[in-house]
Amino acid sequence: MNMLKTMKKSTRSNLITYGIVVLFYLVMQLLASGGVLSNSMQGMLVPICTYVVLAVSLNLTVGILGELSLGHAGFMSVGAFSGAVYWMIAGQNLPSVLGLAIAMLIGGVMAGVFGFLIGIPVLRLRGDYLAIVTLAFGEIIKNILNAIYLGWDSNGFHFSMKDATALNMGEDGKVIINGAIGISGMTKASSFTAGIILVLITLFVVLNLINSRAGRAIMSIRDNRIAAEATGINVTKYKLMAFITSAFLAGMAGVLYALNMSALAAKKFDYNTSILVLVFVVLGGIGNIRGSVIAAAVLYVLPELLRGLNDYRMLIYAVILIVMMIFNQSAQVVAWRHQVWEKLSTIGLFQKLAQAKKQNKGEA
Amino acid sequence: MEFLSYLINGISLGSVYAIIALGYTMVYGIAKMLNFAHGDVIMVGSYIVFIAVNQMGMPPLLAIIISMALCTLLGIVIERFAYKPLRSASSLAVLITAIGVSYLLQNLALLIWGADPKSFTSVVGLAPVQLAGGRLVISGETIVTIVVSAIIMAGLIFFVNNTKMGRAMLAVSEDKGAAQLMGINVNSTIAMTFAIGSALAAVAGVLLCSAYPTLQPTTGAMPGIKAFTAAVFGGIGSIPGAFVGGILLGVIEIMSKAYISTQLADAIVFAVLIIVLLVRPTGLLGKKISEKV
Repeated sequence: MNMLKTMKKSTRSNLITYGIVVLFYLVMQLLASGGVLSNSMQGMLVPICTYVVLAVSLNLTVGILGELSLGHAGFMSVGAFSGAVYWMIAGQNLPSVLGLAIAMLIGGVMAGVFGFLIGIPVLRLRGDYLAIVTLAFGEIIKNILNAIYLGWDSNGFHFSMKDATALNMGEDGKVIINGAIGISGMTKASSFTAGIILVLITLFVVLNLINSRAGRAIMSIRDNRIAAEATGINVTKYKLMAFITSAFLAGMAGVLYALNMSALAAKKFDYNTSILVLVFVVLGGIGNIRGSVIAAAVLYVLPELLRGLNDYRMLIYAVILIVMMIFNQSAQVVAWRHQVWEKLSTIGLFQKLAQAKKQNKGEA
Repeated sequence: MEFLSYLINGISLGSVYAIIALGYTMVYGIAKMLNFAHGDVIMVGSYIVFIAVNQMGMPPLLAIIISMALCTLLGIVIERFAYKPLRSASSLAVLITAIGVSYLLQNLALLIWGADPKSFTSVVGLAPVQLAGGRLVISGETIVTIVVSAIIMAGLIFFVNNTKMGRAMLAVSEDKGAAQLMGINVNSTIAMTFAIGSALAAVAGVLLCSAYPTLQPTTGAMPGIKAFTAAVFGGIGSIPGAFVGGILLGVIEIMSKAYISTQLADAIVFAVLIIVLLVRPTGLLGKKISEKV
């Protein structure tokens, strides 16, 4: 306990975040081994990890770098497809842990390369223009992946944009990416444990980046680009660093997601997915990494929990989204909340709470 | 001849994009927000016309007027309850709320009208026109779309430059605080902008569904995104820009579908947008804003 108190505040806060993830893992494992967890819940564990990684990595772009990106699903799909292609031709013959790790690395690197290629032109733009261009890039990636045919035989890769027969493969050839149908017939390799490890790696990378010299440079660009430039910070370099890291992690998440399914199609990765992840980030708190973890996990499961309400669940989800935004962000509502709080704090039960809150504020 | 026919189709599709883009660009110019739900207002407008014509047997013109009125009301209600409380919040917060409204409209439509696509019967009664001895056939929908959007464009430019309300809109988009000091009611001006944008969305919905007759709850999403792209393409906040951007986008889309690849048409449209923005970062007709330190 003493050690916890003497620790740096950021270290303590980071440890709590890791702790939450590990605790979540242990509880889920316990519930699963006890047979309490329903099948559909168990099926959601890997997607939850995927979306947590996506949300944390997007928060790096939106919250820490301060640039609105609507194309995160594009990086996810690049990672998913390159990882899955590797898995189909070589990875599945390796021991599954090793194969999965290499596939993730390949997916991450490919997404990082795309992040670099897209980042150079895109990061010259600002604000809403940057948002629309990232959205455009996401759609372009989706459309191109939708039109690609890729085959593999003893001579290597065969590529076509027309159809599967145009691949001209040898007898031992097999079609890997079949246009809009995508990749099918994959063996599953992702597991909840692998997902949690990826979440921890992501948190480690992002939290350490934030608390480093580079991270402070990135945040200074967010807060005032011109002032940052004037103090000698290389704006392009640090912007790219954040953007590429974010893309790399999204690519790894894509591989985790892809290898959890037997089939993979590009249309899953449209702007709706990007927006879904953005919603997680915003509701978790922009720039708040722990918030992203919790929001992604809770909000991903929420529609499932509302399943009993059938057709109304997405409607309720939409209403929750709007109400939460207004509750947290509207100037009038925030003022009203403070009034209510003041009134409540005159009532006995709440007095202690109010005092504790004040003390907390004093410390900060 | 083939080329000419593609060009005309492109202009027709582009006119629809232009009408939708006008809604985006006006709202952005005045409220500085991306109204993501705009595409879904189109969908609601189309459903209203569909029901009025196919199930209640109303004459198309009356149905369109009713649809415009209801969409106007919808636009005002959305603005009042979802966006107005967030007037002073960050643009990201407003964007997420708009996304929430978009989900809400899509899912309400799903509940009320179901997921199965409805086949929309064209409301245009005009027969196709044959030119050059039958080698060039222009459908009635195409002609009506182009004419209607030209009228809307001319009307809107007149409204903005010559009426009190229109000038108030220009003033608010220029400087909200100063406009308020000059005695302009900023809130009602913003509400008015949403009303006009939504009424235009209803018209766009009818034109779109007359040309591409499948109607389902997600119908508005992709045209919405494309029109938003068109608005950015032409320079967001600029009314002529929305028009130019919309038409160009429509022509590029149809041309790439015809000559390059159907599947890659969307990718080409977005690639052109990116190239334009890299050369002219504020769009074709956008104003360049210098940064103050």
